[in-house]
Amino acid sequence: MGSLEEAVEGLKKFLSDKDDVAVAQIEKLITGLKKTDLNECDPVKRILEGFQHFKINKFDKYPELYKKLAEGQWPKFLVFACSDSRVCPSHILDFQPGEAFMVRNIANMVPAFDKLKYSGVGAAIEYAVSVLEVQNILVIGHSRCGGIKRLMTHPEDNSTPFDFIDEWVKIGLPAKVKVQAEFGDLPLEDQCKHCEKESVKLSLCNLETYPYVQMGLANKKLRLMGGYYDFVHGKFELLEFEPHFHHLFST
Amino acid sequence: MATLSPSSFTKNFNSSIDFPITSFQTFAIFGPKLKTEQTHFRLSTSFKTGSPLELKAMKEPPGLTQKLDKNRLDRLAESENGCDLFEDLKHRFLRFKKHKFEENLGHFQNLAEGQAPKFMIIACADSRVCPSVILGFQPGEAFMVRNVANLVPPFESGPSETNAALEFAVNSLKVENILVIGHSRCGGIRALMSMQDEVDSSSFIRSWVIVGKNARLNTKSAASHLGFDQQCRHCEKESVDHSLLNLLTYPWIEQKVAKGELSVHGGYYDFVDCTFEKWTLDYKGSNFGKNSRLPVKNRFYWC
Repeated sequence: MGSLEEAVEGLKKFLSDKDDVAVAQIEKLITGLKKTDLNECDPVKRILEGFQHFKINKFDKYPELYKKLAEGQWPKFLVFACSDSRVCPSHILDFQPGEAFMVRNIANMVPAFDKLKYSGVGAAIEYAVSVLEVQNILVIGHSRCGGIKRLMTHPEDNSTPFDFIDEWVKIGLPAKVKVQAEFGDLPLEDQCKHCEKESVKLSLCNLETYPYVQMGLANKKLRLMGGYYDFVHGKFELLEFEPHFHHLFST
Repeated sequence: MATLSPSSFTKNFNSSIDFPITSFQTFAIFGPKLKTEQTHFRLSTSFKTGSPLELKAMKEPPGLTQKLDKNRLDRLAESENGCDLFEDLKHRFLRFKKHKFEENLGHFQNLAEGQAPKFMIIACADSRVCPSVILGFQPGEAFMVRNVANLVPPFESGPSETNAALEFAVNSLKVENILVIGHSRCGGIRALMSMQDEVDSSSFIRSWVIVGKNARLNTKSAASHLGFDQQCRHCEKESVDHSLLNLLTYPWIEQKVAKGELSVHGGYYDFVDCTFEKWTLDYKGSNFGKNSRLPVKNRFYWC
């Protein structure tokens, strides 16, 4: 018997000796607990319910908007966010359909320009900046990132290498080096938190190695921003990234 | 709550110029690629709240998504001023915090300790097709990869961001379902279908979408009698099937599918008509050849 079953059984014991209001509340809690039990997930039912909810509450309610979106997209943002199930920018920043061209990968990394190794990321940047002409690029890091933890702990922990994960998170090595140099005396959890933020800054620097990003910045048509979502404390930080050559031109 | 007024924003901007040496030293760690530029980081807005958090009963999914506010959309779309943009992002987060995070605090506290999503989703980066919106995935439910044209490269193509995510989702998180979602009017698929036979090496987009070349070949042979738009539509679905086949080139994925521990699904979202199709790979071990047509089961069409 799992913990859900135990909780439900425990609540049921209260049903007989409380008043009607309390009974209603307890029954509502039991229903809520059962509905959120992920062990009972039927994937097909889950997807259908989600799609029906979207169709009824969004698509059918705003036909003109969705008709316009069907003809094309004009997002103002290119967003890089982690694949982590807890950090979707559509939730935390309420991006609506049409607002953000969104790339999601492990540890929200942007590698430096390399057409052979990183064509996927490059394709997204090229499409968003050159074709869609987004005005803002936002890279969002987050707390307790598994990819950053892997970067910070491997290979020093002598764990078995992964086929692909380690090759990918290696992009963040300069951030790891910097954090270990400045904060190497702190516990691992704190070092990881510093690295989560430093890796966002590194990704912003790497964005500048893409020619279309350089042009966008030089023409002041593009803004780069870094974000950090802390889901432990419910906080969000936002930084604007300004390459120094802007200052040089303005003075 | 703290708000950043335009005057303090300007103050931060000016103060950054006074410390060029610090910013140069900070920059140097990141390597020699940019020789003369220095970088400044300004903390534009820090979102904090000092108000106490209350525990409330959990709400039932999937009804947590907010109603679309067209006024908010227009405001963001028209804003050219940086301060307006930052303020808007700040208010969006604070709305999320108030209406979702704080109202489901117990759930979010559990999630902060670890994620156990049942799904891994591979979807397109297109701004109109976020699976959290169209399929109502809530925080904690779906590990998500989004790339141009929702492509999955095969195992033999070597390391990439997509297969790093696959490795993590399947081997570490042990997701039970992988769903690859294609969609209508996909710019990446259109680029794939428009490509001339000679590879244009100057374009990242072409270097990436070539992952879907088998889908393009199949489409050209099966649907050449159709108009270009219809061929693209055919390729959008064909590409999902090819991505499912490519998933099985990963040994640790095929093993789990064979054992029944992992299900692999394809999906197609048509945002013109608002319909969703879903199908599941029907894996039967020895009957399954990598060059054969994709066997499917449980095909649904929702409209």
